[in-house]
Amino acid sequence: MTASPKLRIAVIYPDLLGTYGDGGNGLILARRAEWRGTNVELLQAISDAALPEADVYCLGGGEDGPQVRAARSLIDDGTLSRRVAQGAVVLAVCAGYQIVGTSFPGADETLHDGVGLLNLTTAKGIGPRAVGEVTAEVVEGNPALPTLTGFENHGGVTTLATDTSPLALVTGGIGNGDGSGTEGAISGRVVGTYLHGPVLARNPAMADLLLSWALNTEVGAFMPLDDSAHDALRAERLGHTSNGKRRSKVRH
Amino acid sequence: MRSRLAITTTRAVNATSRRLGRGQGTVAGGRAGLKVDPQLLQRLTKGRHVALVSGTNGKTTTTRLLAVALGSDGTDVVSNETGSNMPPGHVAALVANRKAPRAVLEVDEIYLPRVLTATQAEIVVLLNLSRDQLDRTNEVRMVANLWRAALAAAPHTKVIANADDPLVAWAAGAAVDVHWVSAGLSWLLDATGCPSCEGRIEFDADGSGAWHCATGCGFARPEVMATLTPTDHGLSHHGIWSDGRTYEIALALPGRFNVANALLVAVAAETAGIDPADAFAAMAQVAEVAGRFATRELGGTTARLMLAKNPAGWSELLDLVAKDQGPLVVSINARIADGADPSWLWDVPFECLAGRPVVATGDRCHDLSVRLHYAGVSHLVETDPITAIQTAADNNTNNVAPDPIDVIGNYTAFGELLAAKT
Repeated sequence: MTASPKLRIAVIYPDLLGTYGDGGNGLILARRAEWRGTNVELLQAISDAALPEADVYCLGGGEDGPQVRAARSLIDDGTLSRRVAQGAVVLAVCAGYQIVGTSFPGADETLHDGVGLLNLTTAKGIGPRAVGEVTAEVVEGNPALPTLTGFENHGGVTTLATDTSPLALVTGGIGNGDGSGTEGAISGRVVGTYLHGPVLARNPAMADLLLSWALNTEVGAFMPLDDSAHDALRAERLGHTSNGKRRSKVRH
Repeated sequence: MRSRLAITTTRAVNATSRRLGRGQGTVAGGRAGLKVDPQLLQRLTKGRHVALVSGTNGKTTTTRLLAVALGSDGTDVVSNETGSNMPPGHVAALVANRKAPRAVLEVDEIYLPRVLTATQAEIVVLLNLSRDQLDRTNEVRMVANLWRAALAAAPHTKVIANADDPLVAWAAGAAVDVHWVSAGLSWLLDATGCPSCEGRIEFDADGSGAWHCATGCGFARPEVMATLTPTDHGLSHHGIWSDGRTYEIALALPGRFNVANALLVAVAAETAGIDPADAFAAMAQVAEVAGRFATRELGGTTARLMLAKNPAGWSELLDLVAKDQGPLVVSINARIADGADPSWLWDVPFECLAGRPVVATGDRCHDLSVRLHYAGVSHLVETDPITAIQTAADNNTNNVAPDPIDVIGNYTAFGELLAAKT
């Protein structure tokens, strides 16, 4: 009997980048893989230890000071860049998205180096923070996903280099905020986005896409899961809810 | 002259909106009064002994406990009991009782600097700071820095602060006269970054609540003058003063967090010349504050209503109800007062509810449902909260006496049920 290979999912620095509930992304990936029979180890990688070897890394939102510290630690540690070169999957959200770019502003508005997994830069926006619901359609040429939904809350304006593909085009909300109407970025197996919710709670298809990369398989090969809770949430958020007062009794 | 007109305006608008059935009219009247006289809060607190209470969680209850403690010597105390914790609410409360020599005001975290300047408060009680409604208020570290600057500029104010919370310790650390209390901190996720050097805060493993910056900047828990300690039988707590005095803290209000708030209040009351024993005796009489833990007849059954607004509050409350096996209703809204982004649900340890019959309800019941699904908590979804309580009573699968049904809601979800017609 051979033990099935273990899928290692690491939530990067929940002590620094755990402010916006994005830790849920790691949990969602772990459970969806487990429910399909994959052996999973979910790691909470705190900032004062070496970053563990993992197949999937999740970065979340955080405040300005901790964000700078997280970027510095990741650059000094080196594991994340090396693992990405070896094919690891990354989902980076909000402050985490800015960190995996090439530079981003700190609280003092000086630019700090990012990890450089995505060729993009972030500057401090001049207007009010982008706060609110976002809907977006995945850009053609990217892996297909249903309409993206999430909640953004950021003051940064992110500009993508020409060799970097935006993840989606916003149909509601701000997204990257550089005037291009785009949201997020994608390059190889690295996905960046401003969407909270957390993003995988609102978009389980994105979770399955990331898992298919990590497990070197196709989404179509996955056993379907009971996603009725996700479906109800998406229907409500995307405005297709039939009747708010209707008595909906669903057991999950 | 101007202030007299402002006071009359406040009263008139309050009376009108009460008559029109638009609630207590506290905010409307106060707002109108402040428009006539922007200095109204200064004028209304001049000559009074003012105490302010702020923090992310426990403000309303602690304000009530402090009002009761400071009134235990028979002094008349005025307080904004309805939880309207911005200047319009303060003004409305103060206008309603011009004579009371003491004022105890609950203050929104962001407004604390302004209200401190306006009222020249003698006492400020600082409870805790953690993530709360990130889409509309400032990030928690920014709040700590605002407080720090305001307190440094108020040398005559006595600050009573929870030393176990590094962000509170940072905020109060610049004040001249601080009375540090070890009141405990169960939510550590917002406290792990050092506010002084952005290094890492390390908490001692002995459970004493002590902490220090592991990066070595020297920032550490200040020496405390009173400590909260569970009694041997674990059913109540002691407040132990550094000079050796010990008081048993027995409250009618449930929860470790309320005991912790009571200790901070007793220390605050002592600075105002009240014996802590008298303060605790007075606080023990408080059975219900603004409907928290109130029971109501709803959906044909009895419900116990509980409020939790953010991950720290939920952790405390889930701890409190975790021992029970009866049905539980969880109601989540994301209206303006709640914050529009319920992502924080993923920071709440709902896993502890596995095995209990749970009903998810509220405007954002579907966000909650997804969270519970991944927490391994089997549940029903019922969009209408009253029907949800009924459903919970009907689905008492663990056959535990279902009376009362525990209902936990966030701010507007709780408020809606409290105001619901029975």
